[in-house]
Amino acid sequence: MKKKALGTLAAAAAAVLALSACGNGGSAESAKGEISYWLWDANQLPAYQQCADDFTKANPDITVKITQRGWDDYWSTLTNGFVGGTAPDVFTNHLGRYGELAENKQLLAIDEAVEKDGVDLSAYNEGLAELWVGQDGKRYGLPKDWDTIGLFYNKAMLAAAGITEEQMKELTWNPEDGGTYEKVIAHLTVDKNGKRGDEPGFDKNNVDVYGLGLNGGGDSSGQTEWSYLTNTTGWSHTDKNPWGTKYNYDDPKFQSSMEWFAGLADKGYMPKLETTVGASMADTFAAGKSAINAHGSWMIGQYTGYKGIEVGIAPTPVGPEGERASMFNGLADSIWAGTKKKDASIKWVEYLASAECQDVVASQAVVFPALKASSDKAAEAFAAKGVDVSAFTEHVKNKTTFLYPITDNTAKVKGIMEPAMDAVVSGKAPASSLTAANEQVNALFK
Amino acid sequence: MTTLTRNPGSREHGLTRTLRRRTGHSDVKIALFFIAPALIGFVFFYLVPTIRGIYLSFTEYNILGDPEWIGMENYQAIAKDPLFWNSLAVTGQYVLLNIALQTALALGLALLMHNVAKSTLIRGALLLPYLMSNVIAALLWFWMLDYQIGVVNQFIEWTGMSRIAFFGSEEWAIPTQALINTWRHMGYTALLIFAGLQAIPGHVYEVAKLDGASAWQTFRKITIPLLRPVLVLVLVVTVIGSFQVFDTVAVTTQGGPVNATRVIQYYIYQRAFTESDFGYGSAIAVILFLILALVAFIQMKFLKGNESDLD
Repeated sequence: MKKKALGTLAAAAAAVLALSACGNGGSAESAKGEISYWLWDANQLPAYQQCADDFTKANPDITVKITQRGWDDYWSTLTNGFVGGTAPDVFTNHLGRYGELAENKQLLAIDEAVEKDGVDLSAYNEGLAELWVGQDGKRYGLPKDWDTIGLFYNKAMLAAAGITEEQMKELTWNPEDGGTYEKVIAHLTVDKNGKRGDEPGFDKNNVDVYGLGLNGGGDSSGQTEWSYLTNTTGWSHTDKNPWGTKYNYDDPKFQSSMEWFAGLADKGYMPKLETTVGASMADTFAAGKSAINAHGSWMIGQYTGYKGIEVGIAPTPVGPEGERASMFNGLADSIWAGTKKKDASIKWVEYLASAECQDVVASQAVVFPALKASSDKAAEAFAAKGVDVSAFTEHVKNKTTFLYPITDNTAKVKGIMEPAMDAVVSGKAPASSLTAANEQVNALFK
Repeated sequence: MTTLTRNPGSREHGLTRTLRRRTGHSDVKIALFFIAPALIGFVFFYLVPTIRGIYLSFTEYNILGDPEWIGMENYQAIAKDPLFWNSLAVTGQYVLLNIALQTALALGLALLMHNVAKSTLIRGALLLPYLMSNVIAALLWFWMLDYQIGVVNQFIEWTGMSRIAFFGSEEWAIPTQALINTWRHMGYTALLIFAGLQAIPGHVYEVAKLDGASAWQTFRKITIPLLRPVLVLVLVVTVIGSFQVFDTVAVTTQGGPVNATRVIQYYIYQRAFTESDFGYGSAIAVILFLILALVAFIQMKFLKGNESDLD
């Protein structure tokens, strides 16, 4: 099976060379016709379909065919498309992936067009536009949205435990005793006999409601799992970001944070990793199995959409250095280097990054658009739905964000760190075992 | 004398040889004509990709660039790769569980089909799981066996036992997947064995009955030996299939927890398609190819799959 697939791909590789050679055809052809556009989030599909319709109204000779693919298939299908010559003209790109794509010359640099068309890069939330400038100094995408991390909590459970929403806003955390964050988590944990996690006689092996939900081990980034804690200690994933060449999983500060995190499961305050394979963390929250879930802003719609559960959102806790921290991840739209519709694709990318489209996205209240003005409109749209999203926007306003680690070899780093982190979070290995994994990771950069 | 006898003899010999060669030649042409469709398919879709795969295994190739010849480096790295050895062990565990259970259950089912359940409806029903796509079967069980909301765990809790993390715990993950695929494939395997049972002539059983053999004796001394060629074929095919386990892992545990289900095919996929290391992935695929060839050879050789005791 595998050999067959490899062979077919290899044969197709020859074809793509021929195809990409004649990719940048005459400008008359490349400025009209149908262009294809891919994205992975089904929740955002309606907003972008609206954008595509508006775009065609303004540019009648260009139509946009949108394809949505789930995250799991997205990247392998895209890679096959690059090789087979069937990749979309424009696609939603991720910070964790674009470095490798740019290095392999699959992305079209858009510096010229951005300059010629006068795209105002300062209109985007700070730092977002610069993320898409590669190691070679060229721009490979225009920002479309951003996300940060917050704490979703079950209001009824908090009320029953006597914890106020003000307390939730003032949470502190440190890797030694977990601060007030651990106290709250412990108090919200309830066993089958109704005993709370901080009461004598608590049975940690028969827990009914966990104080904190668990999504998984978090692999290399820990985006929603632990980075909002580990990065308040002054630790960061890499020596520099973007384009770091050394990862820091061997730092004692990081390892003590992970030790604390894994300890939550051992104390019975957080589900064991083995029980989280399958049903999603958000669904188990909705089923009343956890009181607090740390999750990304792209999940707002899902959490607030569950019937019969009142959900509040608190900012992530303040760490030992006196600041909160949240990973700041941004998506962008990129153009495939092999496109035959270069000019039309550039027009579409610029439209996606413009206020016209981003305001449409904002009005749907699903994600935060990259443009500052559109972000504010999204916050208003959320407020109109009765959702206070300040826990997410505060991170950006107060500059307590750090970037998603952008490096080469991200897929391989993930391949090494996923089992290593799973072993630590499940309590099968001590956090010090991450030192060996870190050596493996850093060997990739030699 | 000698020359006389030798001459006609050798001439005759030469004549038959040329005749044979001539007929052989025209046979080849016709044969080639009929084989062509299959041959073209075989060359382009099997032979060329296999050779290309073997070539790639000696290169560093991320698919978007050009393959770069690095000799034996991939193989040397694989020999020292703990995840490769882990994948062999995990796959071995899976194959053992899957094949042992599947073959035993299928044999039982086939005997029932042969001797008891003669209705086509029931025989057809046994095939139902096999008609389901692998991915659907895996997802179905993934939900039913879920730790939090799965129906199976609900039953387990009602009986007073504690819930089992079928996919989440390192101890259970491989047995669970082996059982799911046993469930899916045993009907089909049973059908193959059933066909073998039908090929055993009835008079052998009549003779056994006349000789007063018990049911167990008949089974051991007649059914099993006469079924052996079919059983060997079934074993070769199912063992190869079992080594290729991928889809169940891909839609459920994806190699985890930790490395408990990182079976060899999934590891190849991970290295090649997720981490864009197609050279390394090809090298593991070549090793898997050699392992499977060896396993099939051993099975055929020692179980004498190409001979029948009926003759």
